Amino acid sequence: MRAIFIDQLVKAATKNKKIVLIVGDLGYGIVEPFKKKFPDRFFNAGVAEQSMAGLAAGLALKGFHVFIYSIANFPTFRCAEQIRNDIDYHNLSVTIVSVGSGLGYGNLGYSHHAIQDYALLRSFPNMIIASPSNNQEVEGTMNYLLKNPQPSYLRLDKSLELDCSKKIPSINPGKWIFYKRNKSKSKNLIISTGSVFTNCKRLSLKNKNYDWVTLPIWGMKFKNQQIKNLKKYKKVITVENHLQDGGFGSWLSETLTQKQNNIQTKIVSKFLDKNVIGKVGSEKYLNSRYGLK
Amino acid sequence: MKSKTYKDFSLKVRKSILKIANSSQCSHIGSNLSIVDILTILYIKFLKNKKNYFILSKGHACLALYCVLKEMRFITEKTLNSFGKNDSILMSHASHKVPGIELSTGSLGHGLPVATGVALADKINKIKKKTFVLLSDGELDEGSNWESLLFSSHHKLNNLVIIIDYNKLQSIDFVKNTLNLEPLKQKFQSFGCKVVSVDGHNFKQLEKVLSSSSTKPLVIIANTIKGKGVSFMENSVLWHYKSLNSEDYQKAMKIIK
Repeated sequence: MRAIFIDQLVKAATKNKKIVLIVGDLGYGIVEPFKKKFPDRFFNAGVAEQSMAGLAAGLALKGFHVFIYSIANFPTFRCAEQIRNDIDYHNLSVTIVSVGSGLGYGNLGYSHHAIQDYALLRSFPNMIIASPSNNQEVEGTMNYLLKNPQPSYLRLDKSLELDCSKKIPSINPGKWIFYKRNKSKSKNLIISTGSVFTNCKRLSLKNKNYDWVTLPIWGMKFKNQQIKNLKKYKKVITVENHLQDGGFGSWLSETLTQKQNNIQTKIVSKFLDKNVIGKVGSEKYLNSRYGLK
Repeated sequence: MKSKTYKDFSLKVRKSILKIANSSQCSHIGSNLSIVDILTILYIKFLKNKKNYFILSKGHACLALYCVLKEMRFITEKTLNSFGKNDSILMSHASHKVPGIELSTGSLGHGLPVATGVALADKINKIKKKTFVLLSDGELDEGSNWESLLFSSHHKLNNLVIIIDYNKLQSIDFVKNTLNLEPLKQKFQSFGCKVVSVDGHNFKQLEKVLSSSSTKPLVIIANTIKGKGVSFMENSVLWHYKSLNSEDYQKAMKIIK
C-alpha cells in the first residue's frame, strides 16, 4: 500500500507543482523517490507533529496540497487540535497519511496501535476518511484525493499488499464498492472499511447469501447518503480493525438512528475488543484473538 | 510615517476597544490594549495592499484587531458593534470568517506553526513577502512554538518575523511566577533566531526593527504593558478577566492616552 501511495504521489507531483510532502521523521525506504525527485517540495518536520500539522496548514493557506506522513497515532492524536482548528475548520487541502492502521504494528504495543483514529477523525465535519482495503482501492482513493484536495485522512496498512482486481475502482465518498453481489437479491450485507479485506473474504465465504461491499471513503459529510442503500438490507454486518466506540460500525448505525422510521435494517458490528489494549503480538494473532477472525 | 499619525490611530483604536468592551461586556481588555501599538504600525506601514502576511496567534486579543480592521475599512462600524453578539461574525477570538483575517486562533500555540508554513510557501514560490506573527508571552509555554522554531531556523526562514507581546503577565499571574521565561532573548538566540528587544509602545523602535532584514528568523521581543493607556488597568491581572462597569468605562474614557 505504501509503495503504491508514494508512486502515485510522485506521478501526480510531476504534473502538479502544488503538491508538497512533509514527513514526521518516518518513511525510511518509502518516501525517497519523492525526496529525490522533488527536493524543494519535500520536508522532514522532525519528531514534531504539532509543528508538522501547523506547517501543512500554512502551506495549504497559500494554495499547496500538502501530504503529511507518519505512522499510527502520531499524525492524528498527537496533533489533534491542529487538525481540528487549523486544517479542518479552515477547510484546507491537507491529507494526513497514517501508516500502520489497526494493529499493523502489533508487536510494538499500544503506543503504535491505531485503533481509535476513526473516532477522532470522524468527529471533524470537513474531514473525509479514506481507508482503502487493498492495493486497487489505494490507487482509487488516491485518484480521488489528488483530484479533490481537501481535509482528508488516508489510513494505510503497514504491510498489506493485496491485489483484488485488475481494474482500479472509481472511488467517490460514500460510494460502496461491491465485491460480491448475489444474483437473487440478498437481504444480507457485509460492509467494511480499512484493511480487513481478508477477514471479510472469509466471512463472505461462510455466509454465502450475503452481499459484500467496502466503503473506502466516508466521514461525517456522507452519512445521509447511506440510508438509501442500507434500507435494502435486513441484516448488515460491519467489519473494522478499530474499537467499537466511535468506529465505522457506530458511524453506520448512526445513519439509521437519524431516520428511524420504517427502516427494518439491523446492524451487527465486528470490531476490536478493548481487551486488545496492552497486548502484544502479530497483527494476525491479535486480530483473531480480539474480535476479528 | 510620522509618530503622530501612528499615535492618533492607536488612540482611536484604544477608545474603540473600550467602547466595544463596554457594550459587549467582554474580558481580555488588558491583552487588547497591550498590542494596539504593534498592530497600528503593522497595519499602517507593513500590511497595506496585502504586501505581507499577518497572523494574530493570541486570538483572545482579537478585539484590538477588529478595531484596527474597522479603521482600515475591512469591516464596517455596524459589524464591529456586533462583536460577541448572537450570530455575529465577530466571535471573541480571531476568526477567519472576518474580512482581513486569514487564520482563526484562540487556542494558543497554533499561530507560529501555521505562520512557519506560510513563510515556507513563500520561499518555495520565491515570493519576497514577510510573514508576521504576534504571540503572547504566556503562549510561549506551548511546546508547539518551540517545535516550529527548530524548523524555521533549520530552514533559515528569514521571511518570518515573530513578535512577542512581552507584557510579563499571563492568565492568572505574572509570567515570572508561573513559568519563568527568562533569559528569553538567549532562549530564542540558542534556537537560531536573530533577536531584537524593543519598547513595544515606541513607534520609532518598532518601525526600525520591523523594516530590518536578517539571514535568520527574526524574533522581536516587544516589551509592553498589559492594559497600556488606561492607568488603572496597566500591569494588572484583574483586567485579563474583568469586564467594564459604567463607572470604569467613564473613567477609562477620560484618562485614556
